[in-house]
Amino acid sequence: MKLKLLTAAAAALMAAAPALAELKIVDTSYRTGPYAANGIPFSDGYQDYFTLLNERDGGIGGEKINLVECETGYNTEKGVECYESTKGGGSLVYQPLSTGITYQLIPKASADGIPLHTMGYGRTSAKNGEVFEWVFNYPANYWDGASHAITHILNENDGDISGKSIALVYHNSAYGKEPIRTLEKLGEKHGYDLTLLPVDHPGQEQKSQWLQIRRERPDYVIMWGWGVMNQVAIQEAVNIRYPMENFIGIWWSGSENDVKAAGADADGYKALTFHNLGDDYPVYDDIQEYVVETGKAAGAGDQIGSVLYNRGMYAAMLAAEAIKTAQEMHDTSNITPEQMRDGMENLVMTEEKMAALGLPNFGPEFEVTCANHGGDGMGAVSQWNAEAGEFELITDYYQSDQEIIQELIKEDSMAYAEENDIELRCE
Amino acid sequence: MPEQFIWGIEVFLNGLMTGVLYSLVALGFVLIFKASGIFNFAQGVMALFAALTLVGIMEGQVPFSHLINATFGTEIHHFGWHVPAWLAIILTMGVMVLLAWLVNKLIFQHLVNQPPIILFMAAIGLAYFLEGLGDMMWGADIKELDVGLPQGINTTIDEVTYNLFGYGFFIDNLDLWATGIAAVLVAALVIFAQYSKHGRAMRAVADDHQAALSVGISLKFIWIMVWSLAGFVALVAGIMWGTKSGVQFSLSLIALKALPVLMLGGFTSIPGAIVGGLIIGVGEKLFEFIVGPLVGGATENWFAYVLALIFLVFRPQGLFGEKIIERV
Repeated sequence: MKLKLLTAAAAALMAAAPALAELKIVDTSYRTGPYAANGIPFSDGYQDYFTLLNERDGGIGGEKINLVECETGYNTEKGVECYESTKGGGSLVYQPLSTGITYQLIPKASADGIPLHTMGYGRTSAKNGEVFEWVFNYPANYWDGASHAITHILNENDGDISGKSIALVYHNSAYGKEPIRTLEKLGEKHGYDLTLLPVDHPGQEQKSQWLQIRRERPDYVIMWGWGVMNQVAIQEAVNIRYPMENFIGIWWSGSENDVKAAGADADGYKALTFHNLGDDYPVYDDIQEYVVETGKAAGAGDQIGSVLYNRGMYAAMLAAEAIKTAQEMHDTSNITPEQMRDGMENLVMTEEKMAALGLPNFGPEFEVTCANHGGDGMGAVSQWNAEAGEFELITDYYQSDQEIIQELIKEDSMAYAEENDIELRCE
Repeated sequence: MPEQFIWGIEVFLNGLMTGVLYSLVALGFVLIFKASGIFNFAQGVMALFAALTLVGIMEGQVPFSHLINATFGTEIHHFGWHVPAWLAIILTMGVMVLLAWLVNKLIFQHLVNQPPIILFMAAIGLAYFLEGLGDMMWGADIKELDVGLPQGINTTIDEVTYNLFGYGFFIDNLDLWATGIAAVLVAALVIFAQYSKHGRAMRAVADDHQAALSVGISLKFIWIMVWSLAGFVALVAGIMWGTKSGVQFSLSLIALKALPVLMLGGFTSIPGAIVGGLIIGVGEKLFEFIVGPLVGGATENWFAYVLALIFLVFRPQGLFGEKIIERV
């Protein structure tokens, strides 16, 4: 009898309660495992920004954000499990934060009608919105990064790098191999020699690669590393006295964690970035006031302003702006994943908009369209200042070589479309 | 002398140095396997845990501070003092002895006479537990470790070889120190095992548990002693690898580098761990130098395991391992 009463009471309560309208955002984070040191600041930045919107603005468009965190441990299987276990209930967007997880989720999310945002990682050719309806990789991708590095080297050499030698030290994985084709194509165009130096996972031992660099003395070294590979590579470069200003890492090789082990000797090391650095932005005052001081920060509050915290916060800001765009487009505050996709596809980031958000000059201006899910391929170069203990932006944002990259993207995405029998859109 | 040959010598020497670092990890496996038959899957994590503890003590970090702060709403992170490296090493060793006692008391004491696969599974569980415990105690951020060991090119070797060959060899000072420390460590372990009372007791337990018990040797004590020794070796390995890359959670993956060394040198031989490490170190570096450019590089892990596989086929007990023949 008691059980019946309880069941009836519970049913009545559920029926009487108003449907809780909320915007569900899943943070597929990795706070444990070998890459936790990088996963923690990104996730802290991602969550703190949404918490700020909830606490300061009451959510987005009047709807509170329901933030759900799922630990992937940077493990592809766990990442897929996270997706499967959280995708219900109207999850608006996934940021897998792993190229491996992204590749697994592309067909799943496309079938489920949930957008993916793979900012600066994942499948590069997903930039082609004609093929990848549900995947976005704005504001920049790996191939843009390869081109940014070469453009920077060109700028340092008055536009002529013919005969120069460039070595690519890369993680021997799908991720690490991403820039090779672009660098080869750019090599044909600019006449430099490219040497490929793969490093086995996880990258704790790189003596062979750096002995070769010491023998051959390439003019520049570009690195595509992750985790411990970055720290060891920078330390080995210091050991062989390779000039740090000629050593350029991709954005995943350019956080404070990567230069820590080498200490002051890493001074001058460069890394690409697609967003600005430091904590000198009005939004951080708000994060301090509404999130950290009220005890609602995702972490200990000690990561604010670090490179990866900024990146996580930037990802959240772009997601929030896409939500706003979708709300305006569909004239509803409680949007669906499909509407979120529309918002992402019509996202326009201007300096005026970023300044109003408390992030002036934080990222490049860009526009997403039906055919272009990757933005305009803008990026910049940062440099480690050991004395100040921070990366500093040393260039303006510049565009990647669209002539070469667009061709590669078209080729790869069309092959994918053919393999998967995908009908082109945006006609 | 041809340029390639001179470079080959440099690669060979660096391979030897790298091999020593592999051996340091393999030694811990050998000690525990020899005395208790446990393939200690947690050895890599022990190196990580020891290094985390060392840095934590040196920097005066409050253990479990994140948990304490989250529970009690406090904001404590550091005690406010810095401990000198030598004292921190001694204190860390104390923690590793305590860990050895706990591991035996809470896990392996209850698994006496269980099949090897059960012991192996328990070691896997221990590895995951220790990794989580290290995270909770000291946090997951990357920590700089500086116990005063020099790093970077040895300029004397660079100059001498330049005068001899017209090309200065690169030898890392840290690797030279690691080689010296490993040599002292192995010599001390061998002397301990051969000439000390407890060392002989350890060998007796390794040969036959039942017989050792029957003459009054305490298995409990020997196992705690061996796990403590393995903890010490893990600490040394953690210091060497942690100085190179910073102390971070991928440090536990160095165990992967020790496996081919063990297959090659044998699971029960201390000299085998050293010789195996040197062969793997030199072999993989020379292979990468000679064959790597022809096949696109990144051959080192592949070569190490293939070489170990070949040894397994022709000499399953490894170079120095004991051949066990069981008759029906």
